[in-house]
Amino acid sequence: MELCPCVKNILLLDFEGKRVASKYFCDDWPTNGAKEAFEKAVFNKTQKTNARSEVEVTMLENNIVVYKFVQDLHFFVTGGEEENEVILATVLQGFFDAVGLLLRFLLCHSVPCSSIHFYAQYKSPPFLLFNFISILIIHCFRDNVEKREALEYLDLILLCIDEIVDGGIILETDANVIVGKVASHSTVAEGLSEQTFSQALATAREHLARSLLK
Amino acid sequence: MAQPLVKKDDDHDDEAEYSPFLGIEKGAVLQEARVFNDPQLDPRRCSQVITKLLYLLNQGDSFTKTEATEVFFSVTKLFQSKDFGLRRMVYLIIKELSPSADEVIIVTSSLMKDMNSKTDMYRANAIRVLCRITDGTLLTQIERYLKQAIVDKNPVVASAALVSGIHLLQTNPEIVKRWSNEVQEAVQSRAALVQFHALALLQQIRQNDRLAVSKLVTSLTRGTVRSPLAQCLLIRYATQVIRESANTQTGDRPFYDFLESCLRHKAEMVIFEAARAITELSGVTNRELTPAITVLQLFLSSSKPVLRFAAVRTLNKVAMTHPMAVTNCNIDMESLISDHNRSIATLAITTLLKTGNESSVDRLMKQITNFMSDIADEFKIVVVEAIRSLCLKFPLKYRSLMNFLSNILREEGGFEYKKAIVDSIVILIRDIPEAKESGLLHLCEFIEDCEFTYLSTQILHFLGIEGPKTTDPSKYIRYIYNRVHLENATVRAAAVSTLAKFGAMVDALKPRIFVLLRRCIFDSDDEVRDRTTLYLSTLGGDGEVVETDGDTKTFLFGDLDIPLVNLETSLKNYEPSEEPFDIDSVPKEVKSQPLAEKKAPGKKPTGLGAPLAGPPSTADAYERLLSSIPEFSDFGKLFKSSAPVELTEAETEYAVNVVKHIFDRHVVFQYNCTNTIPEQLLENVSVIVDSSEADNFAEVASKPLRSLPYDTPGQTFVAFEKPEGITAVGKFSNTLRFIVKEVDPTTGEAEDDGVEDEYQLEDLEVVAADYMMKVGVSNFRNAWESMGDDFEHVDEYGLGPRENLAEAVIAVINLLGMQPCEGTEVVATNSRSHTCLLSGVFLGNVRVLVRLQFGIHGSRDVAMKLAVRSEDEAVRDTIHEIVSSG
Repeated sequence: MELCPCVKNILLLDFEGKRVASKYFCDDWPTNGAKEAFEKAVFNKTQKTNARSEVEVTMLENNIVVYKFVQDLHFFVTGGEEENEVILATVLQGFFDAVGLLLRFLLCHSVPCSSIHFYAQYKSPPFLLFNFISILIIHCFRDNVEKREALEYLDLILLCIDEIVDGGIILETDANVIVGKVASHSTVAEGLSEQTFSQALATAREHLARSLLK
Repeated sequence: MAQPLVKKDDDHDDEAEYSPFLGIEKGAVLQEARVFNDPQLDPRRCSQVITKLLYLLNQGDSFTKTEATEVFFSVTKLFQSKDFGLRRMVYLIIKELSPSADEVIIVTSSLMKDMNSKTDMYRANAIRVLCRITDGTLLTQIERYLKQAIVDKNPVVASAALVSGIHLLQTNPEIVKRWSNEVQEAVQSRAALVQFHALALLQQIRQNDRLAVSKLVTSLTRGTVRSPLAQCLLIRYATQVIRESANTQTGDRPFYDFLESCLRHKAEMVIFEAARAITELSGVTNRELTPAITVLQLFLSSSKPVLRFAAVRTLNKVAMTHPMAVTNCNIDMESLISDHNRSIATLAITTLLKTGNESSVDRLMKQITNFMSDIADEFKIVVVEAIRSLCLKFPLKYRSLMNFLSNILREEGGFEYKKAIVDSIVILIRDIPEAKESGLLHLCEFIEDCEFTYLSTQILHFLGIEGPKTTDPSKYIRYIYNRVHLENATVRAAAVSTLAKFGAMVDALKPRIFVLLRRCIFDSDDEVRDRTTLYLSTLGGDGEVVETDGDTKTFLFGDLDIPLVNLETSLKNYEPSEEPFDIDSVPKEVKSQPLAEKKAPGKKPTGLGAPLAGPPSTADAYERLLSSIPEFSDFGKLFKSSAPVELTEAETEYAVNVVKHIFDRHVVFQYNCTNTIPEQLLENVSVIVDSSEADNFAEVASKPLRSLPYDTPGQTFVAFEKPEGITAVGKFSNTLRFIVKEVDPTTGEAEDDGVEDEYQLEDLEVVAADYMMKVGVSNFRNAWESMGDDFEHVDEYGLGPRENLAEAVIAVINLLGMQPCEGTEVVATNSRSHTCLLSGVFLGNVRVLVRLQFGIHGSRDVAMKLAVRSEDEAVRDTIHEIVSSG
């Protein structure tokens, strides 16, 4: 008898129900067709609900599905009928926060580069500098991620899933620890040992200052 | 991995569907994978290609065997690179490619090097990868490192080794079991998750050693468990220990205090796990249940949907066994009916409908009405079904429930939803006589404006059966005749049939029906015209008004008594010739009509309109088998077939079991024989039955089995005659007699000469329960009341000392062989008295209802009051005889 809490799958779908990333840990859905059918059913059942502030939950085909949405990304974690839904919700929250932290941080890095490029290219008058900084700040404080970014950093998301669950067994649920493990491999993320927001912002600011001084 | 895979464009406003993987193609990516072979590796580029490969796999693309091998081999080259991020991606893709055993060897040395690296991340990941792809032989080589890793200072490394151990336990248990000391040490780890993983592995290693698990749980419940996940796991182990010790000891439950203390834990997942564990304890008492229900009640008003869902889902289960314990939460649950999460709302409603009492029904209905319009059809169906069962529970409340159903019937909805409502109304009409008239009128109104042909025809058919029996049948005629004007041909034809049924049953309406039917003669549809003409002539519409005779009624109401499938095949096989099609030639073997439908129409209503359970398919098979044997063909209708009774021990030379077939005046024993010796062929197999201990039975026929080869089951039959209507019981001793022939195992040919031999079988008994068919009734009280006191026979019996009440109840149920109703076969632990309701059909198709009231005295003496209701006095007496002699 299996007593250990078990996760059946982790899904990340877009606003049309298309797969961004997914990982199945059991044989309930043996073929890709079965997996897609399940994802479609999950998406259809949950798309009209408002799962943006709290983790929501539903039953589907004798499985418990917990889910949370942000922008055009839909996060799901599935477990068996007998599973403790609070545990599943903790896993989902870990995944959700970890992806959010990672992408938010990386955006802070990429936004200055492209915007500075823009700034330099068009030789904009100085008042645009103010405009640019506000864009930067909005980007840094943006409390969400999008499918586009998720796909751009798909490698990190896949690593994230790999660090959260191993073969159905929960490895880690603390978003900060997960991000630490994923980001420590990533050359950008030196300095991301503490993933607090203020620090992320500070890094970004430094980056900006350096670029401007060049 | 600093930079995005594909450089972002500066102006991406115009690309709504922008994706870095746009237009990605497997062949091209596989080409790109050649960069892995470059002498100068570009880590960033390689990582990008691996991501693309992973993307393809993730989207459901699959690689052929050669493609996968090729990718795998080039990926192994990447171990040369020292790049951190790239190594991580290499680990990931190796796991996804799941290489074959001969490929694994290539990476083994690289991974083993990483396993002993100074970098924790390398160590942890290399362990996970290697354990995922390795097989048993390799495992012995790396076992030493894994044991070290389990007690590694770094929690990530320790967890990786422990989790890998859990996976490996499935394939190589004997190796993993040797790690038990290290795992034991890891259980004491200060790192929360290491403790959790170690606990999971340790329990799985020891799961077959009950005592060890019990000791482990005892020590940990006293110690400190650091992570909530580990605490949840511990709760699960504790409940398992409780479950396994439940049979051996009584009195105080071990670990209950531990579970109760977990209700005060700070993590919600632990609180919920403990509360759920308590509610699921077998035979939980109200006192034990209360603290758990209290925390669940708090969860009901939580702001987190997951907690509300968890609580209401658990309470829903509790409501099935302990409805009273849940009633405290009813107020909180009522507020959940309007929860924006429809799963929570639906669970709340069904729970409330289970626990609700008669007085709260009206209030509940009002609340449900408010939100019915804004939920999806699938939820509405759940609600309709819950209301149907509520109505059967509180028949007095039928008025408000029926009104509710008729209101929602008028609203918008899909076919499945409408069908559920119509089915519910039909069931209510059948089970609650008072509800009939209003229910029929609701259905009439519905067909006035019904878009589903199927439902219209079903309702018209139902009206034809029930309508004429009401006090004022004429009021339905208008609704039915309207259909003839306004509907499609299928519905028109059904309406014509219904009109004819009214005409046949209600003589006073006949002239008017004829007028209406004559108008239908000129219908544009063939079927409608044909039916009209047929009915007019059978009812005598062209002549004077005459009383409808029996034949006409059977024609109109009776069914063909032939399965339609069989009729269809016979008609297909019929070739047009001089000889007319003979309906009697159609085989009647497959019984597809439930009992109720044959009894209900035509005969007087018995009040037991509830559908009786259709015979199981094995009964069909038996009946077909028996009717194919000429000796037994005149025995009449098969009443019941018992489950097979084994007459031999398992694994003997010949395996024989017997099925008892009960007919009105005969009993047939069907011996199923299997020859388990490959070197023997049995011929002329028969069973010699000695019925000297069975007074009322006389052997009339037997059908031996000509040949019984190895491992091919065969049947032989013996038939007995017994007096009609008497529940003759007795004991039969059986001997298997046959001619045995040696078989040459090489050629498979049997010798010509055989030897006669006998084989003693165990005795067989025919008991009273064999004459009783387990048939449930959906509403026992209704059935009981409608039978009335006049058909009752009550007596009291002492059952002597018994272990507990449950045992006595089971004994009586088995003795009578009847179907327990409404879950009354379950006796609450430690209760002093119990009432059990049984239902069944006795030989001769006599419905029997039994109410058993048990009481237990201090000295464990059980007394029983037996009340039997049945329309046949002889049957009532028989039941009492069975009990007094049994």
